[in-house]
Amino acid sequence: MGIELLIFKSILVMVIFTITLTIAAYSTYGERKIAAFLQDRIGPNRSGPFGIFQPVADGGKMFLKEEIIPADASAFLFVLGPSLAMLTALMTGVVIPWGDTLTLNGVEYSLQITDLNIGVLYIFGVVSFGVYGIMIGGWSSNNKFSLLGAIRASAQMISYELAMGLSIVALIMTTGTLSIKEIVDQQATWHWNILYQPLGFLIFMICAFAECNRAPFDLAECETELVGGYHTEYSSMKLGFYLFAEYINMFISSALMASLYFGGYNFPFMNSLGLDQNWVTILGSVVFFGKVFFFIFFFMWIRWTIPRFRYDQLMRLGWQSLIPLAILNILLTGIFTMREELKNWLFN
Amino acid sequence: MQLTNRSKVVSNKKMSFAEKLYLPAIVKGLAITMSHFFRKPATISYPEEKRYIAPVWRGKHVLKRDANGAENCTACGLCAVACPAEAITMTAAERKPGEEHLYREEKYAAVYEINMLRCIFCGLCEEACPKEAIFLTPELVPTYLNREEFIYGKDKLVEPIDKRVDITQRQKHLVEKKQ
Repeated sequence: MGIELLIFKSILVMVIFTITLTIAAYSTYGERKIAAFLQDRIGPNRSGPFGIFQPVADGGKMFLKEEIIPADASAFLFVLGPSLAMLTALMTGVVIPWGDTLTLNGVEYSLQITDLNIGVLYIFGVVSFGVYGIMIGGWSSNNKFSLLGAIRASAQMISYELAMGLSIVALIMTTGTLSIKEIVDQQATWHWNILYQPLGFLIFMICAFAECNRAPFDLAECETELVGGYHTEYSSMKLGFYLFAEYINMFISSALMASLYFGGYNFPFMNSLGLDQNWVTILGSVVFFGKVFFFIFFFMWIRWTIPRFRYDQLMRLGWQSLIPLAILNILLTGIFTMREELKNWLFN
Repeated sequence: MQLTNRSKVVSNKKMSFAEKLYLPAIVKGLAITMSHFFRKPATISYPEEKRYIAPVWRGKHVLKRDANGAENCTACGLCAVACPAEAITMTAAERKPGEEHLYREEKYAAVYEINMLRCIFCGLCEEACPKEAIFLTPELVPTYLNREEFIYGKDKLVEPIDKRVDITQRQKHLVEKKQ
């Protein structure tokens, strides 16, 4: 069993890595196309049919650009910043269950790289680590505007991590586990957590937008106001890494939202189709990626709908609206789960 | 004192709970952007597709020849005087015997240059021209990589004998204007 499992997991890691990078690359293309369609334009259409080679051209351009490290910058940290951003973005994909189990030669293989029993906690740890990539990048540039951008970005991410964590606490209270695989399995067929935690999902989604530095919370970059926020001094593929990490984060948070609240690879009537388990697993993975793509589309849809928040509005929303709402959600969830005990305590 | 009826009273009313939530407004906004998603794009893919240009469009200039193929321009300089952008320069020369088939009158422009970067395509040159020598055409001035190429000399401006530029639409418009 040992060696086959190792080979299977290695292949799975490579596949997930490739899929993540491909989806991140094509998110840039998708973003430009969707932005164009939402604005009555047609978007990139010159490189290849419908412009599908646009990400390749963009990536190639990034590699060919001059690599600039400012004279006053701390060179080691300057390189470390984008590397950390990329590393943390890629690390989160490990605990996402990309599908159910496949049975090959009588052995069951899980389409999840590793089922940590603290999966949710692991993701939060890695995501909060992501602040360092931005902060180190902005600080080591030795440019006051980069530093200001980095401070804005990290203040935003730290503030919204609180509300995100609190919204997840309510989810964990209903599921009783931190393992993402178990959370997904509990949502079999149509018992998706969105039905039990609508407020929690709303808070989680808003915080996910803020965590990914996506519009309407893209104060860290805001192309139209600042020069480029924390990555003003970056050029070439180091800039590419920051932008790429942002798209990977978007993909991973879409996957997280799909698996925590929208049933992951579960879909209605999956057990009454009369199909082989392997086929149900493959179909489930397809459905899972469909959900992920919907969320990625939603990210972009929101970007071209809602204007950017002002800094004070952002902080007010985070601290004065979302955190109290998340605590209220925890309270309501607690009352709901303990309703029998409460009834006994009150009326006996 | 009220000067116009266009002033509006600023409403400082407190937002209702539904408005404070923002979510209904966001859903409405999402519906609007989604309605644009399925709309026909307004893009015209330029080099392949060209938008309609009116026959009286003021574009690239042409220096006309008469029916015998001789240049109309006599280098009087009225166009250069009329030009508000000072885009036109010319050098006059005297016609030698035997050049009658080339130039209509005794004087002609040896050098005639229009700087297309200066030109604002107002058409005052063609209005000033007493000889019906210069006209603006519906053709567009293309882009170049350096500034020198935008200075059009006689090689680019004078119409070729075998490829006459039709400016009847423009002439009609001018004739109507002069009457």
